[in-house]
Amino acid sequence: MELNTLTIIFIGLSLLMVAAALLAVTTRNIMRATTYLLFVLFGTAGLYFILHYTFLGAVQVTVYAGGIIVLFVFAALLIGKGTRDLTHTSILRYTAGFTAAITGLALTVYLIFTHQFPEVQHPVSVVPMKLIGHTMMGVEKYNFVLPFEVVSVLLLACMVGALLIARKR
Amino acid sequence: MIPAEYYLVLAALLFFIGVFGFFTRRNLLGVLISTELVLNAVDINFAVFNAYYFPEHLEGFFFTMFAIGIAASETAVAIAIILNVYRNMRTIRLKELKKLKF
Repeated sequence: MELNTLTIIFIGLSLLMVAAALLAVTTRNIMRATTYLLFVLFGTAGLYFILHYTFLGAVQVTVYAGGIIVLFVFAALLIGKGTRDLTHTSILRYTAGFTAAITGLALTVYLIFTHQFPEVQHPVSVVPMKLIGHTMMGVEKYNFVLPFEVVSVLLLACMVGALLIARKR
Repeated sequence: MIPAEYYLVLAALLFFIGVFGFFTRRNLLGVLISTELVLNAVDINFAVFNAYYFPEHLEGFFFTMFAIGIAASETAVAIAIILNVYRNMRTIRLKELKKLKF
């Protein structure tokens, strides 16, 4: 693998993402955890840009980094003192989590490197916006109008549900 | 050209960091943040499989997009529930949440 610009960007992004993810699950302060999660989500958007999926990167930045992080910040600020952890996690729980994570990771990495993947076909260039629109709203085979409508109904339902659950009585 | 395996290993790392957080976090918001990490790792996998092995179709692309939308709605409902739990029980620490009905 030659060391070109994309590779350097990929290595930098992955180091940032792994470090931010580790900090997000270990820091005691919930606001800090939210900020580290934001870094992971931005890194993921960068990966989509490297893969030439620029539209997906834009969706990731607006929905995840713009929407979900704001929700987390609101929740952390509204709850305030309640998010502070007073006791330490028991050593048994740490061991269980660590064992589960390491075992799963080892198994997955082993499978990734031993499995015979099909031939890599080099992605040519950025997916044109027109193709994305036609695929999303088309009704033929390999088109996605039905999931699109289902997701729109789901979003409406969850909006109503969230309001209903969270309102003051 | 970056090998596809590098992306997959990165996604696996993020996934299992999320699993570790899910085990060790002690309040509901922390657990929800770990869940977001897991969902995000799976989204990366979908996009990579699409881009490297089946670039003539857009299945992985759209799965990622719908997964992002569903993750957003799931987070909205979960945070509404967490706020409601806090309002009723004045705590979101998992150790103190023992009753299903308050």
